[in-house]
Amino acid sequence: MVDENKKEIDQVTGVETTGHSWDGLKELNNPLPRWWLWIFYITIIWSIGYWVVYPAWPTLSGNTEGKLKYSQYEALKTSQAEMVQRQAAYIDQFERATLDEILDDEELYAFANAGGRAAFKDNCATCHGTGAAGSKGYPNLNDDDWLWGGTVYDIHQTLQYGIRANNDDTRVSIMLGFGEDGLLTKEEIQEVVKYVRDISGQEFEGSTEKGSVIFKQNCTACHGDNGKGKHEFGAPNLTDAIWLYGGDVESLYETIYYGRAGMMPAWDGRLDDNMIKQLAIYVHQLGGGEESGENEETDFDALGEKASGQQAE
Amino acid sequence: MANTAFETPVYNYDIVRRFTIATVFWGLAGFLVGIILALQLAWPEFNIEPWFNFGRLRPLHTSAVIFAFGGNALFATSYYVVQRTCGVRLWSDGLAKFTFWGYQFFIFMAGTGYLLGINQTKEYAEPEWYADLWLTIVWVAYLIVYLMTVIKRREPHLYVANWFYLAFIITVAVLHIGNGLALPVEFTGIKSYSAFSGVQSAMIQWWYGHNAVGFFLTAGFLGMMYYFVPKQANRPIFSYRLSIIHFWSLIFIYIWAGPHHLHYTALPVWAQTLGMTFSIMLWMPSWGGMINGVMTLSGAWDKLRTDPILRFMIVALAFYGMSTFEGPLMSIRSVNSLSHYTDWTIGHVHSGALGWVGFITFGALYYLVPRLWGRERLYSIKLVNTHLWVATIGIVLYIAAMWVSGIMQGLMWRSYDEMGFLQYSFVETVMAMKPYYIIRVMGGVLYFAGAVTMTYNFWRTIRGDVRNENTDFKVRSAA
Repeated sequence: MVDENKKEIDQVTGVETTGHSWDGLKELNNPLPRWWLWIFYITIIWSIGYWVVYPAWPTLSGNTEGKLKYSQYEALKTSQAEMVQRQAAYIDQFERATLDEILDDEELYAFANAGGRAAFKDNCATCHGTGAAGSKGYPNLNDDDWLWGGTVYDIHQTLQYGIRANNDDTRVSIMLGFGEDGLLTKEEIQEVVKYVRDISGQEFEGSTEKGSVIFKQNCTACHGDNGKGKHEFGAPNLTDAIWLYGGDVESLYETIYYGRAGMMPAWDGRLDDNMIKQLAIYVHQLGGGEESGENEETDFDALGEKASGQQAE
Repeated sequence: MANTAFETPVYNYDIVRRFTIATVFWGLAGFLVGIILALQLAWPEFNIEPWFNFGRLRPLHTSAVIFAFGGNALFATSYYVVQRTCGVRLWSDGLAKFTFWGYQFFIFMAGTGYLLGINQTKEYAEPEWYADLWLTIVWVAYLIVYLMTVIKRREPHLYVANWFYLAFIITVAVLHIGNGLALPVEFTGIKSYSAFSGVQSAMIQWWYGHNAVGFFLTAGFLGMMYYFVPKQANRPIFSYRLSIIHFWSLIFIYIWAGPHHLHYTALPVWAQTLGMTFSIMLWMPSWGGMINGVMTLSGAWDKLRTDPILRFMIVALAFYGMSTFEGPLMSIRSVNSLSHYTDWTIGHVHSGALGWVGFITFGALYYLVPRLWGRERLYSIKLVNTHLWVATIGIVLYIAAMWVSGIMQGLMWRSYDEMGFLQYSFVETVMAMKPYYIIRVMGGVLYFAGAVTMTYNFWRTIRGDVRNENTDFKVRSAA
């Protein structure tokens, strides 16, 4: 192979060349570096060892199973079981407890908030935002302004069955399209807008005389005589500064002319019951939860601090 | 041509010049699209629907840098190296010219197709059946030109660079045809269905995908390294024996490693194990190339102080060594459970692509351009050094950002609190990654700026300008 006559000693390193030369390129005949060779051998031996321990080679009837009988399905089950184990200390008690009992129990309350926080981010944040601050058409859950009631039971019901959702028990109401359906003329709607601007403490032009009459005839059934809304119809309070679709003249006109019917999905059957309970507690403590009648002594502030302490951990 | 031993061969440099210009052009295009993608990931507003959204630009970027930039660089250098080391002109100028226009046409067809939404959804093999068929014709022509040139060589032996180039050409043909097998819905339409489905399709895809890395981006560019490093250093290759052993072990072991892309999937565990263990065994065969390249400088280390072109090549080998260590590491099942689907993978790919493939190509191009255009030296050696440092800082920003972001992302996904609930939602991980995405944009811009410097340097060199610079750099005049 090698032309012995052309072999030469490289002056710089003192190593012999192979005698080949291409376009002036030559090769030294250095041996393989020992460390290189040994690491190569070790990786081969290690791999053979790994084949003994783990499933590795196909055979006629399947594959070698390996000493450990490793299976990724088993590995998945094991790692899931570890998380179930962590929840196990609370889950049975949590399942049996009523929402009020959970509010009263430090550990269960912390457990509910931990689970609720995780579930909220995966399921609710899409519409309500990661901080639950909502956006146009999606209520802010941090304030105390509730459409359908803000007790933990009200919230739980909303979560379970949704609003105008595809569920037999869902809550339904509708803000009519007064203009679209021909119930009010455009001029009448403009008068109502003025009135609503007035009762919500905003600027308006002219007088609200006509508007107040139209409001009494058409709106009070749901929004109440004073415009403060009614939970049983999901009718918003029109006298505060909180607006789901905007309190400016244009938005108000649009709301009255075309009506509104936002949708909150029903989570019953999509999330398990415990998770819905956790979510109810979590949303309730976000800032605006109302106390339920039977449970007036609950110290929400203290519980809130506890919950945020847990979060920090 | 008569095969007379004493005749001075007249090489076909025209074809090498064409591919060199194409390499620079597609490099700039591919890097630029990369920056746009990085911007889109940091600020989604940069998605311009429908032609320039992320989904369509992503294959445009990967194809442009791998197959257009990298491919043209391999064509250019392989045609140069095979002529010089075999001592003969290319077997057929006409067929070589066909490979040039044929390959550019393939790139044009594939690239415009992506923007129109034509994509067979196989990663790194996105072009539809008609483009695949065309590429097959061009590639076979390439193989014929190369092989026939080797066969009619004057040298008794075949230089190591040619082994690697041949392994690259042959294996890529096999991979391309194997993974591309598909049935067109109609011969007048663009849509086709793959011959494989389900987990078999995934397995074939990653047999292809991983060996595209192995034979296109590794073997091909090792061929480049084996010629240009000893040439630029003016030293013999460190070890002939090492080159034989690492060549055969590399090509034998690489072809098995694909399943490590499919850990924890429907692929049976035994296949995953084989993919993983062969990846581990691949570590030293890969490093053989690095050792042979770096050790070629033994006795000539001082050249690194004065020659920025050689520096490019050695930094390339350092990145090569780093990413071929990182690769086997990431193939280990338990490491992969953290790294897979995260930005760590993106960082890994780019340390190989920007650092190894890019830098060894830049080094080879700086060597080639004055020689191909018959200039005494490059327009400016200082600008080469500027390119080196700007691009290196760019790479470091890029890969460090992706390491941090990727590992953070992986840890956030798997993090449970003490009560057994997931700590973070997906969108929180996205928000946490944003600063690193912005750092990546900066890294990409620096890398692109370096390539612009090189282009300017080439343009002035080709025009015949020589910058009057006071420099310590001593670069040997063109052969």
